[in-house]
Amino acid sequence: MSHRLPDLGRLIDRSKRIGFRFNGAPLAGHPGDTLASALLANDRMMVGRSFKYHRPRGVVASGAEEPNALVNMGEGPGFEPNQRATTTELFDGLTARSQNHWPSLEFDVGAVNTYLSRFLPAGFYYKMFMYPRAFWKHVYEPFIRQSAGLGQAPKDRDRDTYEHFYAFTDVLVIGGGVAGLQAAHSAAQSGARVLVLEQTAHWGGRAPVDGGSFGGAPAEEAVEQLLEELRQMDNVTLRSRTMGAGVYDHGYVLGYERLTDHLPLAKGPRHRLWRIRAAQIVTATGAIERPLSFAGNDVPGVMLASAMRDYAVNYGVAAGKRIVVATNNDDAYRTAICLKEAGVEVARILDARSRGGGALMEEARALGIRIDCGRAIGKVSGGKRVAKVMICAQDGAGGALEEVACDAVAMSGGWSPVVHLWSHCGGKLLWDDQQALFRPDPDRPPTGADGAGFVRAAGAANGHAGLDAILSDATAAGRAAAKAAGFKPKRTAAPRGESTEEQPLEPVWLMPREAEPHLRAKSWLDFQNDVKVSDVQLAAREGFESVEHTKRYTTLGMATDQGKLSNINGLAILSDALGQPIPATGTTTFRPPYTPISMGAIAGEARGDVFQPLRKTPMHEWHEQQGADWEPVGHWRRPYAFPRAGERVHDAVEREVKNTRQAVGLLDASTLGKILVKGPHAGRFLDMLYTNMMSTLKPGRCRYGLMCSENGFLIDDGVVARIDEDTFLCHTTTGGADRIHAMMEEWLQTEWWDWKVYVANLTEQFAQVAVVGPKARELLNSLGGMDLSAEALPFMAWADGQIGGFDCRVYRISFSGELSFEIAVRAGQGLAFWEALMQAGETFGVMPYGTEALHIMRAEKGFIMIGDETDGTVIPQDLGLDWAISKKKDDYLGKRAQERPHMTDPNRWKLVGLETLDGSVLPDGAYAVAPGRNANGQRNTQGRVTSTYHSPTLGKGIAMGLVLNGPDRMGEVLEFLGTDDKTFKARIVDPVFYDKEGEKQNV
Amino acid sequence: MLILTCPYCGVRADETELSPGGEAHLTRHGPGSSDDDFHGYLFTRENPRGVHFERWRHAYGCGKWFHAARDTMTLEVFGTYPAQTTEPPRDICDAITARHPGWNWRDFS
Repeated sequence: MSHRLPDLGRLIDRSKRIGFRFNGAPLAGHPGDTLASALLANDRMMVGRSFKYHRPRGVVASGAEEPNALVNMGEGPGFEPNQRATTTELFDGLTARSQNHWPSLEFDVGAVNTYLSRFLPAGFYYKMFMYPRAFWKHVYEPFIRQSAGLGQAPKDRDRDTYEHFYAFTDVLVIGGGVAGLQAAHSAAQSGARVLVLEQTAHWGGRAPVDGGSFGGAPAEEAVEQLLEELRQMDNVTLRSRTMGAGVYDHGYVLGYERLTDHLPLAKGPRHRLWRIRAAQIVTATGAIERPLSFAGNDVPGVMLASAMRDYAVNYGVAAGKRIVVATNNDDAYRTAICLKEAGVEVARILDARSRGGGALMEEARALGIRIDCGRAIGKVSGGKRVAKVMICAQDGAGGALEEVACDAVAMSGGWSPVVHLWSHCGGKLLWDDQQALFRPDPDRPPTGADGAGFVRAAGAANGHAGLDAILSDATAAGRAAAKAAGFKPKRTAAPRGESTEEQPLEPVWLMPREAEPHLRAKSWLDFQNDVKVSDVQLAAREGFESVEHTKRYTTLGMATDQGKLSNINGLAILSDALGQPIPATGTTTFRPPYTPISMGAIAGEARGDVFQPLRKTPMHEWHEQQGADWEPVGHWRRPYAFPRAGERVHDAVEREVKNTRQAVGLLDASTLGKILVKGPHAGRFLDMLYTNMMSTLKPGRCRYGLMCSENGFLIDDGVVARIDEDTFLCHTTTGGADRIHAMMEEWLQTEWWDWKVYVANLTEQFAQVAVVGPKARELLNSLGGMDLSAEALPFMAWADGQIGGFDCRVYRISFSGELSFEIAVRAGQGLAFWEALMQAGETFGVMPYGTEALHIMRAEKGFIMIGDETDGTVIPQDLGLDWAISKKKDDYLGKRAQERPHMTDPNRWKLVGLETLDGSVLPDGAYAVAPGRNANGQRNTQGRVTSTYHSPTLGKGIAMGLVLNGPDRMGEVLEFLGTDDKTFKARIVDPVFYDKEGEKQNV
Repeated sequence: MLILTCPYCGVRADETELSPGGEAHLTRHGPGSSDDDFHGYLFTRENPRGVHFERWRHAYGCGKWFHAARDTMTLEVFGTYPAQTTEPPRDICDAITARHPGWNWRDFS
């Protein structure tokens, strides 16, 4: 059983106890514990169940690479799933629950999958979920949904806050172990600004656990000295609990700082996302120990040898009372020695190498530990915890030689440098045959804007072992980084490091080498996603030769740990199955982030009201006070309607339409785009942008125009007013203003740069009010000012003048079919002008109206709306707008495209009006069916609804739609499909439903 | 995230300040052009592993369009230059040639 040791525990404070809960049970630990060490101290060997087979799983690692110990953390608004117990610092009151089981961790129904495992091999879902077809909906999909995901999704809104932080540095060092600190020290001597990130709360990495000495002091002391020197340097910034999450183009790096995860009561943001620009980067990210692949290597109690040592030295926790160590290298002997000295029984060291190791082996033997060379673990037995191991020869098929009872197993298959950050931005790797590892290829680093490398690996991350080699590599890396960043490095010698010399390892990818099939089917590679040696071998037999394909087929390395433990072992097995060397197989792609980072940190401050800026017209507050029902349009909010107290929105819309048609209404039209186009070539430019001729427009007059993309599709419409010979004001749709302005700039800067034209987006400089209805002129005249008579200001004219003392520009244009004046005043005058109109309009029955009334009135008139009648596939000719396309112009944007064969196809769907036979409202987007069915068995179609409303003016449903040969089929009745098998019969009619002659607007 | 220097205002702009505009040095084909030419202009784009010429706009800066010559594999930037040109300037071509001897403009696909 795992337990707290009487001694050791350099990171915990034994004088204090803190309480926490796991699956509801009250437990105790010490300050300095991780959740994993505290669970182990309480003999909680089993902490979760695996994803596929629901097998019992225990803590296997001690850091970021942990695949098993994922828990649901916290409760309510502080709840978060899939938190690694090994990197969670214990605090008083912590609550955690294990994941992926039902009804309980101890007894789990899903564990039946483990007995079905021979029916659930690699890629089983591709094989099994295909047939019979009817099973998909009722059996397979519910099953997959039930089993998807590990932890639970949070139900409450996150109570915490997060922030982004920008940082710039000459040299960024990722990793605060001995190599990182030494590289930082060496770089900082040059005067360069140095930033050091360490993902854990502690500095020094593995050195204080592994021992050795440098700079004349034991490692732990030497680390403190080095840290103290760095803290004294003004040009050095040290950040612990901050992970280097990803390295991107041109020295961009994301750092992920966990500020209050361990201090739940502290104020301030929980996580901080560092957005760093670094001239040079040193990755001193260390190495991760590899598991060994033997049968039962996933039973709780089987642990990485280095993790077992970490728990003992750092937290004073032993993983068991009687331990067996399996290894292919010297380093694992340190674990045996450490535990033995702490009073734990080490039953056996099984060294797969026939001749064993070097000095460390001798040291272990001198302590009286029995060492068997050329031996391997054939199988670990035990359900929810290790009970015994069966020993066999490494060079064999697994024939049992002996059984040894034990309650924990330490395994070590060698070390893999953490090359993730080196690789994120294109750094390449080379295979080091002697050490059996991939390490950064210094000749193929990630390159920056100057074409030179901007990342250097240092220490264990660079494939070095032993303190002396690591220190000298780190010193060189720091110096080189400073120099590359433009500083003059100092020639200081690296401190001498001393650590016990090690004999080379012997690669062991399968234990024993010729393990029989039933053993391979229980030898886990990926603990979290339940991928075994037999799965990868099956994938290879089925023809998955690419490591990227095998990964996706077997899901090897696709869990939340991204294969930190499984990748190298998996691709070694694949290489063996394919009969090729490991470098020929290669690795899968390393992608950021290094470990998962919170969604909150990615969002930063951008949530709630500051998620995105809200654009407000000068009259916005007035609308708000009137209780406007809002509609988002682009980044604006526009009133959809102005419901009165107790009035339904739909009724308000009906009232607004009727009042505008019968008396007078006001519309806040300030959001419409207003783009000034000015210069000697302004007319020529607009002739290219609009489909119709704008250069012939007379000053003082307005003209409706259409804009197409170079693809020929209609993208925007609006009224253009010619101000003077050189000046035009182009009105665009609300959503189109910024886009159209940008498009104008693009053509002027990149194609017609010799044309003398300037454009300016004046949208926000003016407030614009549409005064609409038969009483509009009376209302405006009552305020006094300019002559607004039909003679002085005819339809489609504009004039400058004063109304009620306000300077304004009045456009006689109409989007409703009524007598209408669109009046622009300076933005600062907008609210006062609006209020003056409302006040003066009282005697005329004035009412504000919103966007829905606007839409209905335009539909009654058969006017198109960009985004309703158009969707990026519609050309003006489809909408019967041929009258607005100039035949005289040689060229305009979209002209050539509209000559393409499918654009001139007579069978394109064209705009018509639609009226249901019973006066009801057609569903928006409904399709008109045609005889027959298509290849998929679906009904053929011959048209669709693009706009549909209940017309208060006509008292019935009206709609517009695009129909095959529509204009030639007036009077024909079509059948439209609604939802729930409802059908609607509608007649094809003229799209102009109201005032076909246009008399009302032209008075 | 790339850093490109705007040739107009001289700012070393982070990619968040820029908006991309696809391949540079396209020739516009309008009315009167053949179907092939027009199709090529509208739809056919280079997608090289290596030297590429791109359009960028300093959208959250001076607002100007410019061109960048860079290597899509190594992320090396050979230079940026104003958009008011129909082919890359000499010094940019020289910088590319220095890295890719024998390289030719319009030869990179």
